[in-house]
Parts: sequence; C-alpha cells; structure tokens
Amino acid sequence: MNVPNCKWEQAPVLGCERLAPDIVRLTVEGPAAPAAASRPGQFYMLRAWKEGEGPYLSRPISLHDADIANGRRRFLFQVKGAGTQKLAALRAGEALTLTGPLGNGFDVPAILHTAGAGPVAVVGGGIGTAPLLYLCRALAENGRRPDFFAGFRDVPYGLDAFAPFVGGTALATDSGAAGHHGLVTDLLAPERYGAVLACGPDPMLRAVAAKCKAAGTPCLVSLEKHMACGLGACLGCTVHTAGGPRTVCKDGPVFLAREVF
Amino acid sequence: MADLKTTLLGVPLNSPVLGASGTAGYGPEYEPFVDYTKVGGICGKGLTLHGQFGNEGARLYETPSGLINSIGLQNPGVAHFIDVELPKMLALKQKYGTAVIANLGGHSEEEYVEGARLLNGSAVDIVELNISCPNVKAGGMAYGVKAKDAGAVTAMVRKVCQKPLMVKLSPQAESIPDMCKAVEAAGADAVSLVNTFQSCAIDVYRRRPVFENVFAGLSGPAIRPIALRMVWQAVGAVRIPVVGLGGIATGRDALEFIMAGAAAVQVGAANFADPRAMQTVAEGLCALLDELGFASVEEARGCARG
Ligand SMILES: Cc1cc2nc3c(=O)[nH]c(=O)nc-3n(C[C@H](O)[C@H](O)[C@H](O)COP(=O)(O)OP(=O)(O)OC[C@H]3O[C@@H](n4cnc5c(N)ncnc54)[C@H](O)[C@@H]3O)c2cc1C
Ligand SMILES: Cc1cc2nc3c(=O)[nH]c(=O)nc-3n(C[C@H](O)[C@H](O)[C@H](O)COP(=O)(O)O)c2cc1C
Ligand code: FES
Repeated sequence: MNVPNCKWEQAPVLGCERLAPDIVRLTVEGPAAPAAASRPGQFYMLRAWKEGEGPYLSRPISLHDADIANGRRRFLFQVKGAGTQKLAALRAGEALTLTGPLGNGFDVPAILHTAGAGPVAVVGGGIGTAPLLYLCRALAENGRRPDFFAGFRDVPYGLDAFAPFVGGTALATDSGAAGHHGLVTDLLAPERYGAVLACGPDPMLRAVAAKCKAAGTPCLVSLEKHMACGLGACLGCTVHTAGGPRTVCKDGPVFLAREVF
Repeated sequence: MADLKTTLLGVPLNSPVLGASGTAGYGPEYEPFVDYTKVGGICGKGLTLHGQFGNEGARLYETPSGLINSIGLQNPGVAHFIDVELPKMLALKQKYGTAVIANLGGHSEEEYVEGARLLNGSAVDIVELNISCPNVKAGGMAYGVKAKDAGAVTAMVRKVCQKPLMVKLSPQAESIPDMCKAVEAAGADAVSLVNTFQSCAIDVYRRRPVFENVFAGLSGPAIRPIALRMVWQAVGAVRIPVVGLGGIATGRDALEFIMAGAAAVQVGAANFADPRAMQTVAEGLCALLDELGFASVEEARGCARG
C-alpha cells in the first residue's frame, strides 16, 4: 500500500557529495512535517531533468536516511548510466523532482513483533545498503539496535553512518580489501536472530533467504526491478509470489523471502 | 476559459483527455497527483476473460523519447475486474465525474464475446475493444492487422455488446483507412488509435533480444507524428468519432490531434514520465485554446482539415 502522504514535489537540493568515485550522497529538503515521514525501505521516483528531456523515465531510488526534525532526506546511489549521472551532477540550491514515498517499506513495529525477544539482523550487499541506514535508525529508535552485515565487492563505503544505530558490524568483501575475504552470507548465522532483513543483489538475497529458511528464521527481502511508473499502474515490475502476481513498486519492494524465492 | 467539457458516445466527459489503457492503472493510482475533475475518463488495464500473469522476463525498455513494453496483458480477468477494480473506478467517477472505460482483449473470438457479455451487466460507460492481441487461431497473427479479421471480431462482439463500443486499432494495420471502414461497417461506435508500435531491442552484453517475445510495443513521444498521421487518416475514412493517442504529453500535442479531428485524446506513457500528465495535458489544452481564441474543444476539432 502506498501511504496516503505520497506526492509529486520539487524540493531544493542541500548537498551532493561523492563518497567514492561512483557513489553519491544527495541531501534534499523535506519532509516538512512528521506526518510526511516515510517508512524505511520506501523509495522515490527521482528526476533531475525536465519532462521532455532524457532519460524518458524517472529513476527509483530508496530513501537512505531521513532527519525529520531538521527537515532533510538523503539518498545514496551508485552512478550507472544517464539517469544517475544527471542526479549526481545536482548542486546545492538546484531543484530535484520527487514522487513518493512509494512502496510498502519495512514495517518496523510488525518486524519487532515477529522477532519477539530475538535480536534482528540487517544484511546489505553493495548499494543495497542504501535503504538500510534508515531501517537501522528506525530499529534503534524502537529500542532494538540490529546487528549489521555488510558485503561489498571492494572498498566499502558509507559504513560510519551506521555505527550509532547498530550493535555490531560484520564486514565482507569479494576482494579482501576489508573484513572477511568472501561473501557476507558466510558471516550470517540466522538461527541466532528473531528476524533477518536484507537488501542487495538477487544472488545475495537468495543465499540469505536459503540460510534463513534452513534455520527457520523469518526473513524479509527488498527486491529491485526495472520500473516505469513506480505506482502500480504499468505492471512492468511484476513478480511471482506465493500469493499470485505482485508489483515490486506498490506491493513491495519488501516481501517475505518465502513468498518470493 | 475555454470549455473543455465534451461528450463521447453520449457519455459526458470533464475534458477530452482520457487515461490510456495500461498506463493509468484503474485510476486511483494517480489520485494523489491529478485533479481528476479535469480528466474525461480512465481506460482500465486491458482485460482478458480469465485473467493472466502476462509475460515473463524483461517487461520494460527505455528508448530515446519512448518506452518499449512487453507486459503481456497482465490482468485479473473480467469477473474479478467487475467485482474488485470496477468499484474503484466507479468511486472515482462518483467523486470527480471520470468516465469508466473497460479495455477488453482476448485470444479468440469466443473470449472477446464472453468478455463483452459479462461487461453488459456492469456499470462501465464504454467498452474499448483491444484488437491488437494475437489471434491464436490465425497462428498468432494479431486481429488488428487485416481489416477483414478486425471487422469479423468487431461484428461478433457488436452482436452481444450493449455498451457503446470503441475499437482500438493497432498501427500494424495493413491500411488504417480500410481498417477503420471495416470496423465501422461491423458496428463500432468509435475507434481509438494508436496502440503501440511493434519494435525490438537487443541486449548486446547478453547477445540476446531484451524481450522473451523478441518484439514488443513502442510508445511515447517517439511515435507521436506517425500516430497523428494515422488519426488524420482515420478521421478522413469514417463518420464515427475517432479518439487519438500516441505520445501525447502536452496540451499542444493534444490540440494537434483535436485539430486533426479527434473527438478525444488519451495520455499513455507520459503518465510514467510525469504522474501529473493527464492534468498537465488538460490544463495546457485549455490555456492553448484560450490563447488561440477558441471557446471550446468543439470549435477547434478538425479545423486543420480546412
Ligand atoms: C525500488 C528501487 C530502489 C532503488 N534504490 C536505489 C538506491 O537507493 N541506490 C541506488 O544506487 N540504486 C537504487 N536502485 C537502482 C536504480 O534505480 C538504478 O540503478 C538506476 O535506475 C539506473 O539508472 P541510470 O540511468 O543511471 O542507468 P541506466 O543506464 O538506465 O542503467 C544502468 C543499470 O541500471 C538498471 N536500471 C535502469 N533503469 C532502471 C529502473 N527504472 N529501475 C531499476 N533499475 C534500472 C539497468 O538494469 C542497468 O543495469 C533502486 C531500484 C529500485 C527498483
Ligand atoms: C506499459 C503499457 C501497457 C499498456 N497496456 C495496454 C493494454 O492493456 N491495452 C491497450 O489497449 N493498450 C495498452 N497500452 C497501449 C497504450 O494504451 C497506448 O495505446 C500506447 O502506449 C500509445 O500511447 P502513448 O504513446 O501515449 O503511450 C499499453 C502501453 C504501455 C506503455
Ligand atoms: S513500476 Fe509500474 S507497476 Fe511497478
């Protein structure tokens, strides 16, 4: 369900920094009031170019962090093609067009209910860590600092921001540049957790889901699909689920792992 | 302020700007962004009698000024539509006056006919018959290619359909004028055109077509001038109303179609690029009519034909 506060808006950019050669953190004004707050795991369709200009479609980017008291939102993204290049070229004072917040996001109270007394693990792979900062913040604010498992191909980025909200961080890199030399899933022992929440590349999500299934631990995964509308209107992002066809943009992007894998 | 109010097949419309099938959901999806009192109606997602998942694999591919889609008519089926989605469209109509147009597809004549029969008992205002679907009996060839096939399926649906019937034409038609005449003769009350253009994309890294069906439908500004040519031809070929669409994103685009003689227009892929598009088009149209000194849509309709 899209929350009713979803809207189209143009908001001023407050800053745009490179955290790594291809990783950009964009800070945007808003939400103005707590009522417009977003759930972790929700995303916005972003556009830094006019309707008639290319690329034709807006780009889905997750909410990375929100500071409601100070009225600012953050996005963290990897520069891939024309769309993210234009977003990365934004400068403070310029306007960003946003549609959102979209998607179901992580329902933190429900997750804590499911986890019961057990601790919560948050697992991210590469740029899939982007939505997890706001998730860890929300969990911490609800009195449950999660354990954070992060996997990167090479040099990690953005980890400092997680420190205040997580119990511990377990790091893995494919290259061995930092932490465990191997997969992040090697480090995860789901039987120790009441719930596991994951976002990252598909193979990582499948591996996390398989481990959780074997351990009997509830697992939520945030999926990614090409999107045109982001609103549930075009049916371009449909996936098979145990309950029938669902859109990643509206019914997701967060699904119970056992429903989608 | 120019008067945007108009009627289509006896159905009053807030404006001649409609949401195109498959791009506007069932309407509520755009309620947070669009002032629907400025929108004439919504064409719902294409229905098939029994519902279907649609296509596997990639469904979307962006092009310069356009979008290729291979959704494959994902839909819940006509009965489910009547029970679950139609009430949402009717609630929107109640609130804003947006007409309800059901888009009906099918894989066989029997399926089209049965779907139309079910819709008779519903509160939809207009049935838009989508004849671009593959005709399984004719070896997968679309009903929308040959005028004879299109006329035959239109005639069969006409026999049972008690709703105003608008036939949506494919730009793959061998001849747009012949196609229009055939469906008019078969009893269509209106035609709408165009549906998407058959197109193709190849993933050079995978060395394979992007889409599992190889070919898929192109929409968006890239097709607009060709769509406009076809609408012009359609208006010249028939007496029934012609609803124009293809790449419309601004009031000026809409006015081009109306000056070519279109009774109404539909906004499709533009809804994706900007969720306010239906309203933007309607407001832009109004402003442009004012600027050009037209008091109503009617005054401007067909004026380019001399
Ligand atoms: C719900 C959701 C949340 C996302 N959140 C983030 C995020 O927080 N940070 C981040 O870096 N990325 C995120 N992405 C991915 C991001 O949307 C794509 O990387 C981006 O659209 C690429 O656009 P581009 O023009 O730069 O690249 P393109 O040249 O268009 O494509 C580069 C790559 O991105 C993929 N891509 C292109 N268009 C889309 C699209 N419309 N939807 C999804 N993938 C696409 C292509 O498969 C290709 O591999 C998210 C995607 C989804 C669906
Ligand atoms: C994602 C998508 C789904 C569509 N689904 C349907 C459909 O179910 N039935 C139909 O008649 N046309 C469908 N169409 C075609 C549009 O209604 C429209 O005819 C076409 O896209 C051209 O208009 P545009 O350029 O304004 O998008 C679809 C188009 C798109 C982009
Ligand atoms: S992106 Fe259009 S339905 Fe999900």
